Amino acid sequence: MADAALLKTSDGRPLAEALVQAQARARRRAFFLVLPLLLFVIFSFILPIGQMLHRSVYNDGFSASAPQLGAWFAQNPASTPPDEAAFAALAADLATMQANRQAGEAGTRINYVIPETRSLFTRTARDAKNLTPPFEAALLAVDPKWGDPALWQAMRAASSAYTLDFYLVSADFQRNAEGNIERVDENRQIYIALFVKTFILSGIITVLCLLIAFPVAHLLATLPMAKANLLMILVLLPFWTSLLVRTTSWMAILQGEGVINDLMVWIGVLAEDGRLRMINNQTGTIIVMTHILLPFMILPLYSVMKVIPPSYARAARSLGATSWTTFRRIYLPQTLPGVAAGSLLVFILAVGYYITPALVGGADGQLISNLIDFHMDRSNWSMAAALSAMLLVGVLILYWLYDRLVGIDRLKLG
Amino acid sequence: MKKTLILSTALAGFAVAAQADVTVMSWGGAYGAAQTEGHLKPFTTATGIATVMVDSDNPATPIKAMVEANNVTIDVASLEYADAIRLCDEGVLEVIDPAILPAGSDGTPAMDDFLPGAVTECGVSTDIWATIYAYDTTKFTGEAPTTAADFFDTTKFPGKRGVRKGAKAVLEFALMADGVPAAEVYATLATPEGVDRAFAKLDTIKADIVWWEAGAQPPQLLADGEVVMSTAYNGRIFNAAVAEGKPFQIVWDGQIYENEMYAIPKGAPNKEEALQFIAYATSTEGLRQQAQWISYGPARKSSLLEPLIFNDGKTEMATHLPTNPANLTNALESGSEFWVDRDAELNERFNAWLATN
Repeated sequence: MADAALLKTSDGRPLAEALVQAQARARRRAFFLVLPLLLFVIFSFILPIGQMLHRSVYNDGFSASAPQLGAWFAQNPASTPPDEAAFAALAADLATMQANRQAGEAGTRINYVIPETRSLFTRTARDAKNLTPPFEAALLAVDPKWGDPALWQAMRAASSAYTLDFYLVSADFQRNAEGNIERVDENRQIYIALFVKTFILSGIITVLCLLIAFPVAHLLATLPMAKANLLMILVLLPFWTSLLVRTTSWMAILQGEGVINDLMVWIGVLAEDGRLRMINNQTGTIIVMTHILLPFMILPLYSVMKVIPPSYARAARSLGATSWTTFRRIYLPQTLPGVAAGSLLVFILAVGYYITPALVGGADGQLISNLIDFHMDRSNWSMAAALSAMLLVGVLILYWLYDRLVGIDRLKLG
Repeated sequence: MKKTLILSTALAGFAVAAQADVTVMSWGGAYGAAQTEGHLKPFTTATGIATVMVDSDNPATPIKAMVEANNVTIDVASLEYADAIRLCDEGVLEVIDPAILPAGSDGTPAMDDFLPGAVTECGVSTDIWATIYAYDTTKFTGEAPTTAADFFDTTKFPGKRGVRKGAKAVLEFALMADGVPAAEVYATLATPEGVDRAFAKLDTIKADIVWWEAGAQPPQLLADGEVVMSTAYNGRIFNAAVAEGKPFQIVWDGQIYENEMYAIPKGAPNKEEALQFIAYATSTEGLRQQAQWISYGPARKSSLLEPLIFNDGKTEMATHLPTNPANLTNALESGSEFWVDRDAELNERFNAWLATN
């Protein structure tokens, strides 16, 4: 008689079943509501990032245009020196490259590893269809560089479209002629040092933002409404102004013959030839980025401070705490979610900042994003993607650390 | 009423679709303006085909991205010589049949009229421009700099220097300043010792360099007093000095010149009109018209048969052109083949050098 015990709806269906159905309908409706957002996130976020990650390990510049050579590499193990069949395959591939105008792309791919090979490819391809057997002698006659073991090693590595070489270069490593991994020459090492510098500068900017934003946010939260509103407008006005306008006005203020230097010379603090260099270097990057990112620190801090009841501090004072103890033990701990949120926001924005360091950073104020731009400018998408992926990983590691140390659930963005 | 509205909208739509605008992408600033005034406007007047100018920091980059993405919106691009050759090899540009180029005004066949190397498989030269250095005459009351070596002499000529951020034209200039004859610059730069030598020379003024990237920056840096001398594109300095009356003086010693090319990206929406535009712009008269707006030399002999006058109606252009014999005493033609091969390697080294203090 279990059936009889079941509750039923008025039309006689079991209640549980009806409920499940109704809930499923609600869930479907809810799903359709978020569907546009879901599609938007997939198309504008997940797909491009996936594509970027794919690009960083995939480059078919050489492999797509050298199928015969690829087949030879597949049949012969890595240590085999190139034989006549290999040179014949190379000659045939060069002829097809010329016909399809792919020699430039293929040469560019090898040129990443061995300089001066790009023109070797385009030059040889131009007359490749007139080459006659024996191909080894014919190609070596065009240029003896075709016999270089390092070149063959590079072509073997590039004959597979999937490669980790771009990550190697991003970490200042390279493959030598034998295919072993080694550090690049000291005068060409740049990426690791630049990653470190990017993170250090971002850290400095975050700390500066915090030091400046904390008192401002406190004022905003405690001043009477009318004054606080005025102050808020002063914070928001630059926030609404175009980034480029703010950066260029800083240039006018900071440069050698700029407002600050002129003023200091006029007052007599500085000598005419002792003008400070505050722009086109690291100092410029730090000053301007701190100003630009400041609202991202003030706003989360403000939203947290606004809801801290003043009675807590009063209670602490009435129980005999000094003002410093009150601040340290009562007020500060309550602002931590805002501090954490602001710091995370500013730091992550700073790590990927591009336009400001490009404009005011000079030589030593450049960040890793400027090198990513450099490689994009030269159509080396794979290298740009590999550097971006490493930056992404760096930020994710910090995010994970943050979660372990502070806890992501304590984040309060506003 | 509603019907007419729909009809007129539809017709307007048709008109937009049928209209074939030639979209030209160039470098902006004084140079872009010279091409707009010298090529785009007269072409529209002559043929009735509308033209649009689009600015870029270096058109080679967006062009390549557009062709790779199969979404080309540009019909004609103004490219550096080495880029025009590189992109042609990579199949990014349309091949241009030299038969479309008109003969010179004096009847010389086009291919004889153009200077050697000015017409390549995919590009036609619009002008010859140079990287020079210029100084602010008000900053040097006594002796003024005259040689490439003076640029690196901060004891004799103290003050900050502006230099383009990149290896190209900077390394060559450093070697010439170090005493390498123009004819041997690329042979020297092809050896590791030569590259070290160029960087060692740059090291001597590294602390005094302000780096620039866009062609419009050097005249600005000089005008702001941020630098006392700067490498620059000669036409930008000419325009600031002659048209705006700035006290800038060009030093031609150690100049590095090259052709600027018009090219058509593969898959350009209006290829026929683009070809027509290039033929018009690179005719004897087209080259002369551009040269009346900026001091870049025409690449046709016939364009220089009559004296060129700047658009102010009085300045003779001849002495301001990179191709003027007096300006060529210690000059270097930019090595396109060299840079196509070594751009990646040397810029990597350059970036690493830049980042270390």
